[in-house]
Amino acid sequence: MTIRQISVFIDDKAGSLVKVLDVLKEGGHQILTSTLADSPEFAIYRVLCTDAERAFKSLKAAGFNVLLPDVLALAVADEPGSAASAIRILSDAGISIRYMYSFRLANKGILVIRTDQTDRAKEVIILNKLQAVSESELSAMIKA
Amino acid sequence: MIKFPVPDDSCEYFDKEHETMTREQIEALQVERLRDTVRRCMSNPIYKKRLDDAGVTPESINSVADIRRIPFTTKADLRDNYPFGLSCVPLRDCVRLHSSSGTTGNPTVILHTQNDLDEWANQVARNLWMVGLRPSDVFQNSSGYGMFTGGLGFQYGAERLGMLTVPAAAGNSLRQIKFMKDFDTTALHAVPSYVTRLYEVMQQEGVDPRKDTKLKVLAIGAEPHSEEQRQRIQNMLGVKAYNSFGMSEMCGPGVGFECKEQNGLHFWEDYYIVEIVDPETLEPVPDGEIGELVLTSIKREAMPLLRYRTRDLTRVLGRTCPCGRNHVRIDRMKGRSDDMMVLRGVNIFPIQIEKILMNFKELASNYLITLTTDEDNDNMTVEVELEELFTDDYARLQDLKREVTRQLKDEILLTPIVKLVPKGTLPVSDGKAVRVVDKRKVYQ
Repeated sequence: MTIRQISVFIDDKAGSLVKVLDVLKEGGHQILTSTLADSPEFAIYRVLCTDAERAFKSLKAAGFNVLLPDVLALAVADEPGSAASAIRILSDAGISIRYMYSFRLANKGILVIRTDQTDRAKEVIILNKLQAVSESELSAMIKA
Repeated sequence: MIKFPVPDDSCEYFDKEHETMTREQIEALQVERLRDTVRRCMSNPIYKKRLDDAGVTPESINSVADIRRIPFTTKADLRDNYPFGLSCVPLRDCVRLHSSSGTTGNPTVILHTQNDLDEWANQVARNLWMVGLRPSDVFQNSSGYGMFTGGLGFQYGAERLGMLTVPAAAGNSLRQIKFMKDFDTTALHAVPSYVTRLYEVMQQEGVDPRKDTKLKVLAIGAEPHSEEQRQRIQNMLGVKAYNSFGMSEMCGPGVGFECKEQNGLHFWEDYYIVEIVDPETLEPVPDGEIGELVLTSIKREAMPLLRYRTRDLTRVLGRTCPCGRNHVRIDRMKGRSDDMMVLRGVNIFPIQIEKILMNFKELASNYLITLTTDEDNDNMTVEVELEELFTDDYARLQDLKREVTRQLKDEILLTPIVKLVPKGTLPVSDGKAVRVVDKRKVYQ
């Protein structure tokens, strides 16, 4: 029900991001979406890409401070109000979100959510019939 | 009660007899006092063995140059013989001790007899008199009191001279400024970076030091600073700032001080034998060349130190002076022959930083300490590589940074700027990690 995200710790110097992207390029990984917040001194570059586990290993071998956390990817209808409905369900269940970002894929909106209450979130998703995509489902959507 | 004489205000010298000695007189007195000191050291088993091994007896000292036959003493000797192993009198004759913070192992402890304290006060009084202070002056001391010798050392010296003293102690800038205004402070002792801080606060409070205070003399020391910094401080406050040199091993402040010429610090050769040696060969270097300062205290009872390696790098500027004092003039300190850093008056070794960083399993072993001068304040930045990314949560990384900062502050007594950096990004030189980069203006 969860997917794996790549999180890379980089500093605020010019060229830091390029080094990460070069590794992904070398491995032939396709980036679905990525996010980089502005933050003083250091940043965490978060990426969803194809073949995340292999990308993680390549980055680790290249000496990066890298993590492979599980995140939830909720697919919602590509229409106004769908994100609000999904997040309200989580919110009503008392699940707090550490961070979230979103992108569009195969006529769906994908909400990528990191929470410290993953197990509880999974229950809520099942009970409320939300659609959480798996890595294989995500791959199928890319090819579609 | 013993009364110490204070000369007339019009006299240029606090202790004319000793201050105006000729070179011949200075050297004759040094030979005599060195002999006494060697004799006193013979009562200590550690010193006795060293002196015996080197074949040195009091009677064999016939010139100042004979000091070169005596083995060096180092900070390690003080630590190894902690706390009282190098004392030369019974403890019942001692009345005070001062100690370094000792965070790199055993602290160093220095013992004082009542005579040692009296002589120390005389040295400090001599310095303050030399720059024009008289009993009618008001002396404010912004040094920390307690184990740090800058507090009590200046306190007793200023009292000996007969000034009204304001033992304000460290910190609380608003209170310092209030005292200065209310008590008509004419002289202030402070570390140079703190003077800058005080000036900033004065500006914020709308206090003009030239109009609103009676300040005329600053004694600055305990922290390396450049001539440019001194000029800036003088211009800020509109006063003369005189450089002071001291170290707890020799007593504390009072060892050397600038006269009104501001052309080097007179090191008092009736109290110390001053050598400048090549830190590698340990052979003397000619006057004018930079080497390591080696000091022998020749008028101390409790704990004289023979040829103590200060690790400070400096040079001899001259042995005469228009002020009439022929005590050697030593340049401001140029650096260190070991890796000790002096920041805002605090002595710090990289190993102290390393020890703390190693406690964190989240951190890698590579780190870099950078010292900078930012708007006249000296700062330390500690960059450390992350070992494993244990979270991708900014808040947790900030928590780690805060905890590292807190533990470092407990260790070095200053708050460094801590930066977490990715693994493999810190500089390496010839395959060896670069640990300290000093970008402060002082050593340039």
